[in-house]
Amino acid sequence: MVPLSWYLALSAVLFTIGVVGVVIQRNVIVLFMCVELMLNAVNLTLVAFSRFLGDLNGQLFVFIVMAVAAAEAAVGLAIIISLFRNRETLNVDEADLLKL
Amino acid sequence: MEIIHLLFLGLAALAVVAAFNVILQRNPIYSAIGLIVVLCCLAALFLTLHAQFIAAIQIIVYAGAIMVLFVFVIMLLNVREEESRGDRQKYLKWIAGPLFIALLAEIAAVLRLVDTPAPAIANPNQIADPSTSLGTVESIAHGMFTDYVLPFEATSVLILMAIVGAMYLARRGSQAEMDRIEKALGGQGEAEPSTADDHVAV
Repeated sequence: MVPLSWYLALSAVLFTIGVVGVVIQRNVIVLFMCVELMLNAVNLTLVAFSRFLGDLNGQLFVFIVMAVAAAEAAVGLAIIISLFRNRETLNVDEADLLKL
Repeated sequence: MEIIHLLFLGLAALAVVAAFNVILQRNPIYSAIGLIVVLCCLAALFLTLHAQFIAAIQIIVYAGAIMVLFVFVIMLLNVREEESRGDRQKYLKWIAGPLFIALLAEIAAVLRLVDTPAPAIANPNQIADPSTSLGTVESIAHGMFTDYVLPFEATSVLILMAIVGAMYLARRGSQAEMDRIEKALGGQGEAEPSTADDHVAV
C-alpha cells in the first residue's frame, strides 16, 4: 500500500514545477500548458484523498475540474489565437500594453 | 518494498522528468509531448487509487482532446523554436535552485505526519449496492445525478459558454477590422498570418 504522503508529495512537486513554468516561460502556449499541469497536480491530490478517506466526493470533484479545464483550454486557446493575430508574437513579455 | 511501491516510484519519476521537460524545452511541441506523458502517468496513478473512471476520462478528455487542441494551435500559429533568451537577471537562476530544494524539504517535513492506515476498498462485484463503491462508473453516475446534479448542469452551461466564446474569439474579423488592425500595426506586416492558407492547401 503506497502511503498517502507519497501521492501528496508527487502532487506538490508537480504543482511547484507548474508554478515555476508559469513564472519563467515566455511562450504563451507553454505558459498555458503549465497551468494545465497545475490543474492535474490538484486532480491527483483530490483522487488520493478520495481513496484514503473512502469518499467518492473527491472523484466527483475531479470530474467537474476536468470539465472546467476543458472549457478553459478552449477559450484560452481562442484568446491566444486572437492575441497572435493582433500582435504577431507569442511572447508574453511583448504584450505589455493594453493598447494595440 | 513491494511491486506497487516500485510502480509508483517509476511513474512518479517519469512524471517529474516529463514535467521538467514541459518547462525547460525550447520547442513548444516538445513541451506538449512532455505534458502528454505527464497526463498518462497520472492516469496510471489514478488506476492505483481505485479511480478507474477518472483514469479513463483523463486519457480521453485531457490527453485525447485538450492536448490535441494544443497541438493544433501550435501547428496553426506555426510556432517555432524559441530564440535564445536574453537573460537580464542571470543571478536569479542561482537562487531558484536552493529555493526549490528548500521547498521540497518543507513538503517532506509536513507530509511525514499525514500517513494513516487506508480503508479497504470493497470489490464492487461483491457488495450489495454497487452504487456506493469507489471509482466505478455506476457510483460516479449515482453521485453526479443525485447529490451533484446542480454542478453537473452548471458545467454543461459552462461548456456551452466556452463553445460560443471560443468560436467568437477565434473568428476571422470583417475586412474593416482587418484594415484597422493593419493600420494600427503601422504596416509592419499583415495582421492576418498569411501562412495559414499555405498550410491548408493540398
